[in-house]
Amino acid sequence: MSLESKSIFQMEKEIADLRELLRSKEQELRVLKECEGSKTHLSVEKLSKDDIERFSRQIIIPSIGVKGQQLMKGASVLIVGAGGLGCPAAQYLTGSGIGHIGLVDYDEVDRSNLHRQLLHSQENIGVSKVSSAAEALRRLNSNVRISEHSLQLDSSNALNIVQQYDVVIDATDNVATRYLLNDACVISGKPLVSGSALRLEGQLTVYNHHQGPCYRCIFPKPPPPETVTNCGDGGVLGAVPGVIGVLQALEAIKIVLGWTGVLSGQLLLFSGEQSTFRNIRLRAKNPSCDVCGDHPLITKLIDYEQFCGAKATDKESGLSLLKQEQRVSPETLHRSFICKNEGIVIDVRDSEEFNMCALPNSINIPLKKLEEVTTIQKIKEILDSRKKNEENFPVYVLCRRGNDSQRAVLKLEQSLGNENVAVCDLEGGLHAWARAIDSSFPIY
Amino acid sequence: MSQQQGLEITLEFGGGAELLFGNLKKHQVTLPACEGKWTIRSLLTWMKDNLLKERPELFIQGETVRPGILVLVNDADWELLGQLDYEIEAKDNILFISTLHGG
Repeated sequence: MSLESKSIFQMEKEIADLRELLRSKEQELRVLKECEGSKTHLSVEKLSKDDIERFSRQIIIPSIGVKGQQLMKGASVLIVGAGGLGCPAAQYLTGSGIGHIGLVDYDEVDRSNLHRQLLHSQENIGVSKVSSAAEALRRLNSNVRISEHSLQLDSSNALNIVQQYDVVIDATDNVATRYLLNDACVISGKPLVSGSALRLEGQLTVYNHHQGPCYRCIFPKPPPPETVTNCGDGGVLGAVPGVIGVLQALEAIKIVLGWTGVLSGQLLLFSGEQSTFRNIRLRAKNPSCDVCGDHPLITKLIDYEQFCGAKATDKESGLSLLKQEQRVSPETLHRSFICKNEGIVIDVRDSEEFNMCALPNSINIPLKKLEEVTTIQKIKEILDSRKKNEENFPVYVLCRRGNDSQRAVLKLEQSLGNENVAVCDLEGGLHAWARAIDSSFPIY
Repeated sequence: MSQQQGLEITLEFGGGAELLFGNLKKHQVTLPACEGKWTIRSLLTWMKDNLLKERPELFIQGETVRPGILVLVNDADWELLGQLDYEIEAKDNILFISTLHGG
């Protein structure tokens, strides 16, 4: 067994080293090709033998033709977000022969991305998403120029990047970046192909195209942060952003080709559950819009995290609602609850999450249910049967990351005020538990 | 003209707004007969009292919907139809869609 696992380990290391070597050779080749390309720069938009053989199936569509393919070869598209929307969008744009693709993302590939972000392979966990996606795209078509912007888009760099491209694709995952990108596109006069997806639904529209409305015309005020759900909390079925991302590529191609029929002033709603597409008529451009109106108030980029009251990522930041004595470490919980069988553990995640993985003997009561009188009654019954006459009987509350558990402690302290219990939360949640106590526990 | 009988309409929810309405995406409702005409303004009040299951502040703020919810009447943005003052007609389909931001 140990011999076998050692040789597996060695093989994996050898393969990783070979991949690294392959990567550096590919980089060398790319530099060589770029030098060669710059010498024969005149032929950039003329179709090569490779182009004709590769793109013949779309060139023979009468509305595309050689002219259309040349337009695509000369065009540049910026894709912001190399995730569930950005991966399929980039894949189809690269395949179609758009000459220059820019990728923006600050994040690294995580195992939880792989079910929907199909440009990233499992070997690339921990690698920057931009270089992981660029690698896959170059394998698809090494003639396409891929520019890697491995950074967090913000007010200081957005205009400079956006200005280098003809069309921009919003494949981001948060409200602040969506407003930032909208304003940057309005100020630079670029059309913005905006997509989003969550659970089994997707939405798609094109902003700032041919006098159509911009994001702010439709949504002058950002949504309250507590109403915004991200994919990490709400979940998403991989094929759903797949559908929307592919449609974003299609809209970008139509814009490059100068076609009418672009989804501007309309919103496409996709239901993966019902297999329906619904096309909604949106309002016209608002003449008093703060950014694209006749007398704009926003003429340079602002602080979008402040404007939205939310971070420009889809990662939840740590809450701090409790005093230190109301929180326990994974080690303390382990000693008390697991080893000494003290107290009870209430897991406040949704039942779907609880069913995936949970601590043994923990009780699942989703946060929302803590408002209900019957739930509190049930907890009191459990306490009656367990605690006898103990003083300060421990009630441990936990969740995934240690945010909802704090909210739950505050609620429980009110409703269990007379029960002689000590309500605490597990600091850092099950993530901290997995790191400190049980490495076989999934971190999701 | 006052409406003698109730007004039958379809209410639909999407993008997560359905979670506040018993997780049901489509509701066939009959608005009770009233003096004057039903508008989206009076519909919102009626929905708050009769249909909203939880956390009304995540749907309604003041007399209108919260930022980030689009109201669509028969597949058109309510801004094109007079917003809160739109007079509802029988068989109207009114869709409340919460915008998505994930990707």
